[in-house]
Amino acid sequence: MKIHEYQAKEILRKYNVPVPKSIVAFNIDEAVEAAKKIEGNVWVVKAQIHAGGRGKGGGVKVAKSIDEVLSYSKKILGMQLVTHQTGAEGKKVNRLLIEQGLNIEKEFYVGITLDRSRSENVIMVSTEGGMEIEKVAEENPEKIIKEAINSEVGMQPFQARKLAFALGLSGDAFKNCVKFLLTLYQAYQATDATLFEINPLVLTKEKNIIALDAKMNFDDNALYRHPEIVALRDLDEEEPLEIEASKSNLNYIKLDGNVGCMVNGAGLAMATMDIIKLAGGDPANFLDVGGGANPQTVAEGFRIILADKNVKAILINIFGGIVRCDRVATGIVEAAKIVEVKIPIVVRLAGTNADIASKILENSEMKFSIATNLNDAAEKITKVLAA
Amino acid sequence: MSILVNKKSRVLVQGITGGEGTYHASQMLLYGTNVVAGVTPGKGGTFYKGNEKDVFNKPVEVFNTVQDAVEKTKADVSVIFVPAQFASDAILEACNAEIKVIVCITEGIPTRDMLNLIKHVKKSGATLIGPNCPGIITPGECKVGIMPGFIHKKGNIGLVSRSGTLTYEAVWQLTERGLGQSTCIGIGGDPIIGTQFIDAIKLFNDDPKTEAIVMIGEIGGSAEEEAAMYIKKYVTKPVVGFIAGKTAPPGRRMGHAGAIISGGKGTAEEKIKIMQDAGIVVCTSPADIGETMKQVLSEKRKIKNGKHKIKIKTKSKSLKISKLKKK
Repeated sequence: MKIHEYQAKEILRKYNVPVPKSIVAFNIDEAVEAAKKIEGNVWVVKAQIHAGGRGKGGGVKVAKSIDEVLSYSKKILGMQLVTHQTGAEGKKVNRLLIEQGLNIEKEFYVGITLDRSRSENVIMVSTEGGMEIEKVAEENPEKIIKEAINSEVGMQPFQARKLAFALGLSGDAFKNCVKFLLTLYQAYQATDATLFEINPLVLTKEKNIIALDAKMNFDDNALYRHPEIVALRDLDEEEPLEIEASKSNLNYIKLDGNVGCMVNGAGLAMATMDIIKLAGGDPANFLDVGGGANPQTVAEGFRIILADKNVKAILINIFGGIVRCDRVATGIVEAAKIVEVKIPIVVRLAGTNADIASKILENSEMKFSIATNLNDAAEKITKVLAA
Repeated sequence: MSILVNKKSRVLVQGITGGEGTYHASQMLLYGTNVVAGVTPGKGGTFYKGNEKDVFNKPVEVFNTVQDAVEKTKADVSVIFVPAQFASDAILEACNAEIKVIVCITEGIPTRDMLNLIKHVKKSGATLIGPNCPGIITPGECKVGIMPGFIHKKGNIGLVSRSGTLTYEAVWQLTERGLGQSTCIGIGGDPIIGTQFIDAIKLFNDDPKTEAIVMIGEIGGSAEEEAAMYIKKYVTKPVVGFIAGKTAPPGRRMGHAGAIISGGKGTAEEKIKIMQDAGIVVCTSPADIGETMKQVLSEKRKIKNGKHKIKIKTKSKSLKISKLKKK
């Protein structure tokens, strides 16, 4: 699960990780009020969307007066912000963060994430703050310093010292950085995060170490023990069809292609998308109906795929294990009665009760194209796309 | 032979009286798996025969703790069906009772819970398979998991995969072509899992009964790459591979928690390239896994007979297997 920058900063505050003074605003009046409350003479107006690269897209502006806060807020709030992560249509800005301007001396990077191959969390820092860390990793890998955290004992002060020295810090700045890194890791652990990224982490002229930006992802599997994080979900940032699908326990991801697909199991779903591509189409979605596929979930899956106007054909690929193919077939026939289907449907069912399932489909009034195996399914998709 | 489980395995089911546990225990019993015990805290001392929906073909003794079950029945393999919140505890309980092979089917275990136990389990010498996996099967002998038994056939191909239904698909393609399997393992789609590709590949390489290996990966992480490096160095048996998710967009989690391309890492292209460099015959289409293996095996047999001209053709692409030529 992803959250906004201002929410991430609230979490950091809760764990005593230093962040600038900042207040979220949902309208222009709130933005001006926020600036007055924060005081000072420099503010930063920041668009709050779930995507990186906001500054380059014009979503972050430095204001030197309350009037400028007002004019920038007017400009940014409601705009379609386009960044390298939003796609061409961009994302509408519904929330602003009004933040105190800082006297920045240096910018660094700090990130914490899971190293899967070592089964350990890793905390890394870089002097190349403010840059895209992927780029740094590619061009100057030596500029990223990593420390693996032993999960049995947690992050140790010596590790924080190593990292702070690697950033070239000394004196108060060094002390503040050590404290910052240790509390940051505590926050990461306590919230079941899978990613913390502070970019940039800044050293101010006053020798304070402060998180100027904050990006966080959380482990979906652990959300049951974090209702306070679940409450931060912003449905405006999610695809409406994906929200609907999640209500029916369907794992759906919208893509830009022309062939919809419905599959049981994530691996087979990905493989089916690959088959669609090889057959000359483009997958319109990822949809895993899961191990408990029944007529209701199949019907719901159908409805969601058909709500995407780009879809020109549908490929259903079910390998019956626990899921019985005859039940899925019944679901498909039932669903096709309720939802008006005007596009060709290729169905491939294998495994448990596949033969009964084919009969159910053949005997229905719908014209399904029944594929016997994956290759056959691919050929049938190619054919319907050409027609 | 086979790897990890066989007809001598004494299987314990943790969470046997729950819905999932009951259904799959009944299926394992039907398959002929030697299910010797079940564990459900509070229900020890009873014999469980399934519920009205799923009736066991023989009663299974239920114990309060894994320790009790092991002492009484000498169980050496455990399969876990307990809910995600309690699953890490169940893994540690099995490990503590010195179960040798622990298969965790449970989906949705928090990553932090797995991180906290994974090193301990590895140090203990137990083999953990999963979590969030379909389990392991040695066809005709022992099924420990949720895979449909009938699609398998006893034979000489070892299969290892991160996914569930895609594994069944590959197995079915093999079986349909008369290619049986020595053992099939689904290692699971989570970021932290007990048995990695490399571990399974090592075991298959050392198993005299396994003649060739199928390895089915997906986007995300670097486990396939690490296995490929190992294969390049040590594996003498032919390996056929596939990577799912060539069409997956970066930054989106494709069902499995582990299946995500992040920071430009873990793409299908990258994995395929490294696998091909290691001499693995990588299928472009998931529909070609069975056919490719069939051809690889027939070429392998020709080489044995002294014929050295090799070219493997599948529907989508013609593939070279330079690795085989060398041997």
